[in-house]
Amino acid sequence: MTQRLHSAEAPQDFSGTHRAALIAELARLLPAPSLLHADEDLKPYECDGLSAYRQLPLAVALPETEAQVIGVLKACAAAGVPVVPRGAGTGLSAGALPHPQGVVLSLAKMKKILHVDPVARVAVVQPGVRNLAISEVAAAYGLYYAPDPSSQIACSIGGNVAENSGGVHCLKYGLTVHNVLRVRAVLMNGDVVEFGNHALDAPGYDLLALAIGSEGMLAVVTEVTVKLVPKPELAQVIMASFDDVMKAGEAVAAVIAAGIIPAGLEMMDKPATAAVEPYVKAGYDLNAAAILLCESDGTAEEVAEEIGRMKAVLETSGATEIRVSASEAERLRFWAGRKAAFPAAGRISPDYYCMDGTIPRKRLGEMLTAIAAMEKKYGLRCINVFHAGDGNLHPLILYDANVPGELERTEAFGAEILKLSVDLGGTITGEHGVGYEKINSMCDQFGSDELRLFHAVKSSFDPQGLLNPEKGVPTLHRCAEFGRMHVHGGQLKFPELERL
Amino acid sequence: MNSEDLIEEFRGRILERKPLCIRGGGSKDFYGGPPAGAVLDTRAHAGIVSYEPTELVITVRCGTPFAELESALAARQQFLACEPPRFGGATVGGAIAAGLSGPRRAAVGSLRDFVLGVKLMDGEGRVHRFGGEVMKNVAGFDVSRLLTGSLGTLGLILEVSLKVLPLPPGDASLRFEMPQDKALEALNRWAGQPLPLAASCWQDGVLTLRLAGAMAAVRAAGERLGGETLPVHEAAAFWDGLREQTTAFFAAAEGGAALWRLSLPSVAPPLDLPGAQLIEWGGAQRWLRIDASPDSQREAAARAGGHATLFRGGDKAAGVFTPPAPPLMEVHRRLKQHFDPYGVFNPGRLYPEF
Repeated sequence: MTQRLHSAEAPQDFSGTHRAALIAELARLLPAPSLLHADEDLKPYECDGLSAYRQLPLAVALPETEAQVIGVLKACAAAGVPVVPRGAGTGLSAGALPHPQGVVLSLAKMKKILHVDPVARVAVVQPGVRNLAISEVAAAYGLYYAPDPSSQIACSIGGNVAENSGGVHCLKYGLTVHNVLRVRAVLMNGDVVEFGNHALDAPGYDLLALAIGSEGMLAVVTEVTVKLVPKPELAQVIMASFDDVMKAGEAVAAVIAAGIIPAGLEMMDKPATAAVEPYVKAGYDLNAAAILLCESDGTAEEVAEEIGRMKAVLETSGATEIRVSASEAERLRFWAGRKAAFPAAGRISPDYYCMDGTIPRKRLGEMLTAIAAMEKKYGLRCINVFHAGDGNLHPLILYDANVPGELERTEAFGAEILKLSVDLGGTITGEHGVGYEKINSMCDQFGSDELRLFHAVKSSFDPQGLLNPEKGVPTLHRCAEFGRMHVHGGQLKFPELERL
Repeated sequence: MNSEDLIEEFRGRILERKPLCIRGGGSKDFYGGPPAGAVLDTRAHAGIVSYEPTELVITVRCGTPFAELESALAARQQFLACEPPRFGGATVGGAIAAGLSGPRRAAVGSLRDFVLGVKLMDGEGRVHRFGGEVMKNVAGFDVSRLLTGSLGTLGLILEVSLKVLPLPPGDASLRFEMPQDKALEALNRWAGQPLPLAASCWQDGVLTLRLAGAMAAVRAAGERLGGETLPVHEAAAFWDGLREQTTAFFAAAEGGAALWRLSLPSVAPPLDLPGAQLIEWGGAQRWLRIDASPDSQREAAARAGGHATLFRGGDKAAGVFTPPAPPLMEVHRRLKQHFDPYGVFNPGRLYPEF
């Protein structure tokens, strides 16, 4: 069939796919257990961690080798069939939502840790290896892989690369992009490429940085080299209570202003601690309007010095109570509450919707005030947990999908939070990705020129536009349809015409 | 001229569709393929747009002298930890375009790791904003980091937002007598331990190590590692000379011998190549002052799993940078075509092909 090339303007038409022929071709390339196409087998792949969006694909391919990945991609490229790469399926932006005329390419069977080099401090792993499994194997050498998304027990490193995942320690230790040295991947046309290498830089454009966080739209990851870093000797966390959320926000700025980069700096508001405490018994101060968790790690001497400085700043900032973890068990208990925020939301509400905007830290108070007003406007509750150190917010909107209209109200509530994140000088997504979920909000953050260039970047890797289409970057047609296309700072689509 | 008028002037030049050599302070004219095209001077587009110490972010215009950025940060006890070289009068835009990082790179990350957002004018005079002023931002492709180190071939960088860090309170430099193989072994061993390493330099049997971090951590590490402690001023001058390449090793290269930069895995064994060597970044950056054919450096680097760049001097005819593998070169060409369809920006500066 003839395939129109990928364009920024309007979506492509994939309706010409011949399903039976495609499945026959894939069956030739893959062993039987690596190809699913019966409806009941496809069902587990209809959504990722964001289950509000569901779609059955034509088929699911589960290759065991890079050669099979190449085969599947070449076959799909020849037939003009969309391919949606999938890691562990824990993503929260519907980035792995199947395409109705496409194939899901799951990397879950490629899960070998190929090589750990404690001297070079690297691990070479296949994409399906779980994030935590890397740190577990590196622990024998006193090393670990730093980015720790809260799904780390289940999420895969290939998915982390696709999303540029963060975690609670990224202010000090960075995101995936700061901790990956090399990615081996297959382009849509079947060409194998390597971004980065085992040195600290590679010649030419920094395609490694471009590939990380590209949400499966540029290439399919088949191997990753991650950096391993020494495990700190000691970590201690301070739990500080505040009688006012604004004061807690100001305390965050004060810690940074004092020249301290905490290993972790998290905030939870009163509704969040109230949701978590009965479930985890973390020992949180339930009278506080907000609590901060402020962690220091390093050598024993370093931690003692930094905890002392942080305590002094928090006291000056008006903390009503300060507790320092006295043991590793207590430290883990303080964190257990924070890490259980999402499941705790699931316990107190039939459904919840997690947002992921990032704003400058100084605008935290404004955002919280606005969210409180939105709770009234939409008639829905919201509990707030933040990666306060880097301004990344995770408001959890509580709703019941069985009540007609609640999901729609929830989506509108979420979209308003994202719009405000952009207006406050931030972004619609700090670490969960755009995926399918936030694609309309991209029209709020970017103008037509930027969106066109994003499409151009995609077509530089995937001219046919087959890899995870209709995700990440909206077409201009889509933005126009939503009536949100805006002009940035007086800069129009065709400046050369405007000048006449 | 105000900023808006300057941007209009830049746009006017770009829309002429003739080759332009984007130039800030001209401190890196020596770097990359030979500069070609009419000079587009960015220095008038200068100044700090915003600086929020508690947000750890600074936004500056491209023509701002790098030294001015650094003194603004130093006034608030902050710094750009990756320490790009100033080489005299570097501008911020030039530093981003070159993408070079200084002595602390192995410990703190490279310049691209600190880039949060960029305002760019493309080859059709359109202005784009990518990234922003927040630490975490995964909306859209990471074009800001793609532009870092692109040698100005994809567009005119108008503004950049950078992550900054507090100056570490503790700072000490140690010196050890050590042959190269022992130094490489020690550097890789130490890097696997929770030590406050900041920078390293080995040359002529002497390893110099910089520690930085909490006072207590630096003190404890100093006691553990031993060595001879450098006086504060001598240490500062040493690391600055290394960053600016003003030390005797680099000065000798100015005299004609080619200076090669080999970027290798830190565990790569000592190179069996003639010429003087200086090793930074815990073993991952090796400088070679040599007059031999370029092939031997490129082959040695490739064998060790890295790449070689003809950094200064020598014969550029055989290429300055190692070309990427053919499928990636094709991606390079397409990106260039989309960002700069008329081939206006810095032709031949990165690769002769574009």
